[in-house]
Amino acid sequence: MTDTETRLKALMLRGLDGDAVAYRECLALLGVRLRAYFARRMSGAPGDVEDLVQETLLAVHLKRSTWDSAQSFTAWAHAVARYKLIDHWRRRKIRQTLPIEDHIEFLAADAPEPGVGLELDRALASLPEKQRTLVSDVKLTGLSLAEAGARAGISEGAAKVALHRALKALAERMRRADG
Amino acid sequence: MRTDDLIDALASDAASASGATPRRRLALVGGLGALSALLLVMSWLHLRHDLMQAMSGSMFWMKVGYTGLLGLAGYVAIERLARPAGSGRRGWTLAGALLALCLLAGAIQALTSADPREALTLVRGHSWNVCSRNIMILSLPMLALGLWAVRGMAPTRPVLAGAAVGLFAGGVGATVYCLHCPEHTITFVSLWYSLGVVGAAGLGALVGRWALRW
Repeated sequence: MTDTETRLKALMLRGLDGDAVAYRECLALLGVRLRAYFARRMSGAPGDVEDLVQETLLAVHLKRSTWDSAQSFTAWAHAVARYKLIDHWRRRKIRQTLPIEDHIEFLAADAPEPGVGLELDRALASLPEKQRTLVSDVKLTGLSLAEAGARAGISEGAAKVALHRALKALAERMRRADG
Repeated sequence: MRTDDLIDALASDAASASGATPRRRLALVGGLGALSALLLVMSWLHLRHDLMQAMSGSMFWMKVGYTGLLGLAGYVAIERLARPAGSGRRGWTLAGALLALCLLAGAIQALTSADPREALTLVRGHSWNVCSRNIMILSLPMLALGLWAVRGMAPTRPVLAGAAVGLFAGGVGATVYCLHCPEHTITFVSLWYSLGVVGAAGLGALVGRWALRW
């Protein structure tokens, strides 16, 4: 289990340096853990699991500067997931308490199959056309940012800025989705 | 959208600046907050006329030291509370110790004064009715800026984080207020300066409760 922390932390550090491949691996690994984490706690609403996974991944990405690399990355990510889960219950007016668990348990991976996130699609649909195409076209293997930008009719530099803005807008819209 | 596709989009954004660290952003908030309080003092309250003379005495520096340390305690608290699961315990301990120490010293000064009337003069000074309010007003720009900045971070305890931003802003505001306020007794500072700073923290907690969600 501490192996997972070592691995995640190393990948995240490389990601912070701009290594997109390492960063992708880090997020994918984290996504599996998040799915297991939420699924265990939301047996009543399995349909919301993938939404929360996606919302949390967006938050992890946009808030990554608040991780103090002297501390455990898993503990940090667990705290983000926990916050998103409690916030989800609060918005849905679900009365539920979440015991303070050790973040080691957070590492346990018995993840169900990934589902489909509906809220992200809804948020995506409310974005301007150019940003929307950009977010759904850009692939690490496949369409590069430059190519995806060209398809949206903008330069690579503009695509970079537009993608970042789009991700921020998505996070904000998903959070407000069920107000 | 499949989560894998989202991860692709996030990874493509890996090279985007992850944003300055909370430390750097909060330091900027402190600097801009002090500047806006200074501009407010100069345009609205004016500097105390005997500032140069006061700066050669010890009471001026005791006031500045007390309020400055309260602001520092707020910074120490929010630097942790702006991150997930941060508690800010060290900042709160420092603030509590400072408040207790100052209130104790103020009480001793008032209780050892010659007669009740003198004690009352110590408590009221010349500006007891405006001091706390002025400090809170001087802190407002920094409080707003700080809450906005922390909203972009990841606080998981919005009320506490708001209070810490308020303590930070109140401490800085009160420190700048020393450039205007001619009061020179510990009793006065321990009551009205403390109340102004605690008021700013309370306001921060109130606003933080709904403003610091993400």
